[in-house]
Amino acid sequence: MVEKFDAIVIGAGPSGNAATYTLAKQGLKVLQLERGEYPGAKNVQGGIMYSHELEKIIPDFRDDCPTERHIIEQRVWLLGDDSYVGTNYRSEGFNTDAPNRYTIIRANIDKWWAERIRKVGGLQICETTVTELIRDASGRVTGVRTDREGGEIHADVVIMADGVNALLAKRAGMQAEAAPENVALAVKEILFIDPELIQQRFGIKEEEGVVIEIMGKVTKGMVGTAFLYTNKESLTIGIGCLISDFKTGSCPPYRMLEDLKNHPVIKPLIEGAEMKEYAAHMIPEGGYKAVPQLYGDGWMVVGDAAHFNNAAHREGSNLAMASGRMAAETVIGLHQAGRPYSAANLAAYKKKLDDSFIMKDLKKYRELPGIMHGNKQFFGAYPDEITAAAHNWFTVDSVDKKSKEKEIMKSFIKRRSVMGLVGDAIKLVRAVR
Amino acid sequence: MSIMVKVEEKLYQNRYIVDESRPHIQIRNADVCKSCDSQACTVCCPAACYSRNETGGVTLVTDGCLECGTCRVVCQDKGNIAWDYPRGGYGISYKFG
Ligand SMILES: Cc1cc2nc3c(=O)[nH]c(=O)nc-3n(C[C@H](O)[C@H](O)[C@H](O)COP(=O)(O)OP(=O)(O)OC[C@H]3O[C@@H](n4cnc5c(N)ncnc54)[C@H](O)[C@@H]3O)c2cc1C
Ligand code: SF4
Ligand code: SF4
Repeated sequence: MVEKFDAIVIGAGPSGNAATYTLAKQGLKVLQLERGEYPGAKNVQGGIMYSHELEKIIPDFRDDCPTERHIIEQRVWLLGDDSYVGTNYRSEGFNTDAPNRYTIIRANIDKWWAERIRKVGGLQICETTVTELIRDASGRVTGVRTDREGGEIHADVVIMADGVNALLAKRAGMQAEAAPENVALAVKEILFIDPELIQQRFGIKEEEGVVIEIMGKVTKGMVGTAFLYTNKESLTIGIGCLISDFKTGSCPPYRMLEDLKNHPVIKPLIEGAEMKEYAAHMIPEGGYKAVPQLYGDGWMVVGDAAHFNNAAHREGSNLAMASGRMAAETVIGLHQAGRPYSAANLAAYKKKLDDSFIMKDLKKYRELPGIMHGNKQFFGAYPDEITAAAHNWFTVDSVDKKSKEKEIMKSFIKRRSVMGLVGDAIKLVRAVR
Repeated sequence: MSIMVKVEEKLYQNRYIVDESRPHIQIRNADVCKSCDSQACTVCCPAACYSRNETGGVTLVTDGCLECGTCRVVCQDKGNIAWDYPRGGYGISYKFG
C-alpha cells in the first residue's frame, strides 16, 4: 500500500517549518522531508532572526527558542584600507520583554522548530533527499520520489521549501537556473570566544547583542557586503558577493574572508577567538524580476526557492516564514472547503503574497538590479537610519566633487580609500534611487 | 594585501559524512574544461574543489564540498557540471550553520 498525505513539504528551513507547523496545527496529515542528517545540517544563516513573522506562527516562541542575544545596537561600517566610517544606532529601548531581533545559531533554531512541529503532530523525516516530483499525465503533481528504497510518497499537494538551489522545480521545468548576477555567494565562520570579552569589546551586557554590517574595500570592488554578529559565546563573521562578480574576479571567497578577518579595524574584535566551522551558501538576490512561477496543479514554491529575499533590507528568513505560512493557509482554506488543489485554486497563494509585505517590498525595489546586495546594510532595520544614510551618500554624489573631496579627506587618511568609498557610494545611490 | 590562506585548514573544522566513491558532482566532459577561457569554477568554489591540472584542464575533488551550488551557476553557459545533492544524510553536516 502506498501511503498518502494531505500535504508533503520538502525542506526543513524556515519556510518549510512554517508551512509544516501551520498545516499540522490545523490537523492536516503532513509529511516534511529533509535531506540533512538532522534539521539544520545543510543550512547557513548570518544570522539575525526577526521576531514578527515567527510570533505570528508561534506566539510563545520566546519560552524555549534558543536565541543568542537580542540586538540593542546596529553598526554600519564602510571600510577603507585601514579605516572605517560608520553609523551606530543603539537604544536602551531595545531592551524589552519582546525584542524584535535576535542573533541566532541557525542549527539550534532548526532543531527547535523540529521539536515544535513534532508537538503539534507534524511528521518530519531527515536523511531523505527528494529526487523528483511525481506528476500524472496531466502534469499535476501527485507526490515525490526520494532516494530511500521504495521511496515514492503521495500527497494531495506538495510545497517546495527546498531553498535557493531549487533543484526540484528546475528539474521539473518550473523555473530556470538562476543567472549569476541574481545570486550571491556568502562564506562565514563561527569564532568561539569568552563571553566576557564579547561584552567588553562591544560594550554590552549579557544577553545584549551588537551587529555590524560592513561594506567597502573588503569586497575588492565586487558588489557585496560583510557582517560581524555577536552570539552568546561566539562571533559570526562573513562576507558575500554576487556570483557574477566572483566569476569575473580573481579572488576566491575564502581569501576575501581571510582578508576581512585581518582588516586592522576587524582584527582586534575577533582576536583570540577559535574558529569552529566554515560555511558557504548562496543567497537569492535577483528580486522581483527573478521570482519564478509560484504555483501550479498540486504544487507551490516558498522561501528562497521562490527567490523571496529582500537583499536591500537583509531579510530572508522572515520572508521564508511568511510565505510558508501563506502557502499552508491556502491549503487549509481549500481543504476545509473540500476544493481541489488546482492551479486556479492555488492562485489564492499568489494573491496572499501580492497583498503582503513580501511582494510589495520586492516590487518597490524591482529596479534595484544585482546591486541590491551592496545596499543591504544601509537598509537595515530602521527606516529612518536608512534614509539618512542614503541621503549622505547621495550628497556626496551630487555636490561638486572637489569641494566634497576636501570635506571627506578630513575624515579619511588615505586618498585611495576615499576614492574607493566614494565609488561605492555612487554605486549605492544609483541602485536605490 | 591578500594573505595566504589554506582553505583546507578551514574545511578541517567541518563535519562531513562521506559517501565513499559516490561523488555527487561530476565534470561531464574534461575537454570542455580545457577550452574553457575563464575556468571560473577554480576561483568561485568556496571549498577549492576545482583546481587547474597539468593537462590544462580542471580536476574536481568533492571531498570538501559545502553543497552551495555556485559551480553549477557559474558553469551554466557551458553546462559542463552534473550537479546533484548527496544521498540523504551524507555530505556536509553543519553543527552551527
Ligand atoms: C550567509 C547568510 C546570511 C544570512 N543572514 C540572514 C539574516 O541575518 N537574516 C535573515 O532573515 N536571513 C538571512 N539569510 C537568508 C536566510 O538564511 C534564508 O532566506 C532562509 O534560510 C530561507 O529559508 P528556506 O526555508 O526557504 O530555505 P533553507 O533555509 O535553505 O532550507 C531549505 C531546506 O531544504 C532542504 N532541501 C533542499 N533540497 C532538498 C531535497 N531535494 N530533499 C530534501 N530536502 C531538501 C535543505 O537541506 C534545507 O534544510 C542569510 C543567508 C546566508 C546564506
Ligand atoms: S567552468 Fe565549467 S567548463 Fe569551465 S573549467 Fe569549470 S567545470 Fe570546466
Ligand atoms: S557546490 Fe559549492 S562547494 Fe561544492 S563544488 Fe560546487 S562551488 Fe564548490
